[in-house]
Amino acid sequence: MQQPGRAAEIKAIGIGKSFGSFRALDNLTLDIGRGEFLTLLGPSGSGKTTFLMILAGFVKPSDGRLFSDGVDITERPAEQRAAGMVFQGYALFPHMSVEANIAFPLKVRKKSAAEIKRRVGEMIERVGLKGHETKLPAQLSGGQQQRVALARALVFEPGVLLLDEPFSALDKSLRGQMQAEMKRLHQETGTTFVFVTHDQSEALALSSRVAIFNHGKLLQVGAPDEVYDRPANRFVAEFLGEINMLPLKGVRAADNGATGLCEDRAVSLRGNASIVGGNAILAIRPEYMSIAREAAIGENGIAATAIASTYLGAATKLDLTTRQGSRVTVSVPNEVAAAALSKGNSVWLTWPAEKGFLLPDGGQ
Amino acid sequence: MRGTLSDRMGAALLMAPLLLFLVLAYAWPFLGVVKWSVTLPTPGLGQYGALATDPLVQSVFIRTLRIALIVTLVSVAAAYAITVVWVRGSPAQRVVAEFCILVPFWISVLTRAFGWVALLSNRGLINSWLQSIGFISEPLALVRNEFGVIVGMTHFLIPFAVFPLASAMRSLDDRVLLAARGLGSSRMRTFWSVFVPMTRSGIIGSALIVFVFSLGFFVTPAILGGGRSVMIAELIYLRIFQSPDWGLGAAISVVLVLFVGALMALLFRYVRPKQLV
Repeated sequence: MQQPGRAAEIKAIGIGKSFGSFRALDNLTLDIGRGEFLTLLGPSGSGKTTFLMILAGFVKPSDGRLFSDGVDITERPAEQRAAGMVFQGYALFPHMSVEANIAFPLKVRKKSAAEIKRRVGEMIERVGLKGHETKLPAQLSGGQQQRVALARALVFEPGVLLLDEPFSALDKSLRGQMQAEMKRLHQETGTTFVFVTHDQSEALALSSRVAIFNHGKLLQVGAPDEVYDRPANRFVAEFLGEINMLPLKGVRAADNGATGLCEDRAVSLRGNASIVGGNAILAIRPEYMSIAREAAIGENGIAATAIASTYLGAATKLDLTTRQGSRVTVSVPNEVAAAALSKGNSVWLTWPAEKGFLLPDGGQ
Repeated sequence: MRGTLSDRMGAALLMAPLLLFLVLAYAWPFLGVVKWSVTLPTPGLGQYGALATDPLVQSVFIRTLRIALIVTLVSVAAAYAITVVWVRGSPAQRVVAEFCILVPFWISVLTRAFGWVALLSNRGLINSWLQSIGFISEPLALVRNEFGVIVGMTHFLIPFAVFPLASAMRSLDDRVLLAARGLGSSRMRTFWSVFVPMTRSGIIGSALIVFVFSLGFFVTPAILGGGRSVMIAELIYLRIFQSPDWGLGAAISVVLVLFVGALMALLFRYVRPKQLV
């Protein structure tokens, strides 16, 4: 955070924050690598924004230490940390032109007029705001304001860029466009990005790693496919997307994984057998399950009855009930869904052994 | 203006008593004043001509503008400081600031003017104290002059300057201030280059309200000016009740009302009425 032009490496150790009796953040330890794109994901009130505000220096943690490039910055005020920050709603200076907004952090740093002009010009070019230099924020569209906010936060080459739900005010198509743009800016600048969102698809699409928060606790950190395919607990599994959960009995360790009984049929798992012995929950994402006329011996499969379908365009979401009453949702090609519904409604659900994972039975 | 026709009629009905009162108590008598200004003592625009040439009237106009300007600057600056504390201070600070803003409203303007006389006169509290500690040997001329008038008027007008400012400061998005600090701006710099410009509409509204009020001030200048620092309202009073020169008094009134009207028109071009409360 102190060397301009160089991505920062951040280390949070045992960070906690209480507001009165409310514990907003509890014992958070997290390393943010140089130049990584880390997303803080969680529902509102989960502590993700509090952590971002602690990183920015707007909120002082109640416990723990924060290091940037090995230097303790826990007590350092926001204006001396100078992490670039993009706020929800952009927080542009309404009385300043686009140019003046972007020049502000450079002016504060007493850069020469020539340097300010050059760097602001480059930044305006980079975010595609050419021709809008003298406009006021109120004269810009949401997407353009977003670009000004990004340009203003990046122009002084901060070691880390903090983004607080920057896309929440944009419509869906603009969102996608801005996401792509942000990814490009991340690659071009090489700066460490810390991004807060409650939108799981945004988190998975953008980040090099995702940190999932709930009730003030950091639940899991990992690459998008890691947290999606191997969630640490039920909350993470459910928060990252739709998930089917089936009771699994008599779980035993097996070659490279585990086996157990699902609806009285033996099923196997590969790669993830964290819970062995007794009962567990077998979790499978809807898109990994297929509809089949029957399950071969040794193949994972259970019988189910199709009860409803939702046409989604590219695919159809099919709702089914298993023989023992579990509800399952699968995402299948449109014609498969139609066939499953018409054909006496009784089908088999199959899935590859490596796509299932175990969650503790009951609770979180 | 949104709402159905009946909503609008309801609003008109609610405003009717005030409008009627304004017409009967102000507009109608004012037309009478306009009539005097062009009929007394003889019909014609003679009084307006006299206004433009009379050195006494001119010096009073200039003094009034000067006092109003100084009072406006000092009141708005002081009100700004109080309002910052009132709107953005700690809960305890807010209570103190609110008390300071509201108490003056409970004390009559006359009482306050005489209070200032007691403080500022030659044998008043301030002069006797300064003399008793040996800081001065002769009393300072603090009252019966422009200085006294300015002090008294400023004191009276600060609370009125507070409300437009408070409204502007309340509607300000805190995140913009956080953004400024996050971008490396010190608290001082954030205040001057972000906070103050963003409350511009409040400053304009506040300044115009104080300025317009000051132009028509009567009681405070009459008491604290001691006849030596006459302002327009007092001049009108003297022309009508003492000279008596009703035509000239009326002409001055008309000019004052037109001037204030023009200022109000300017005010509403820059600030919406809603931002003033």
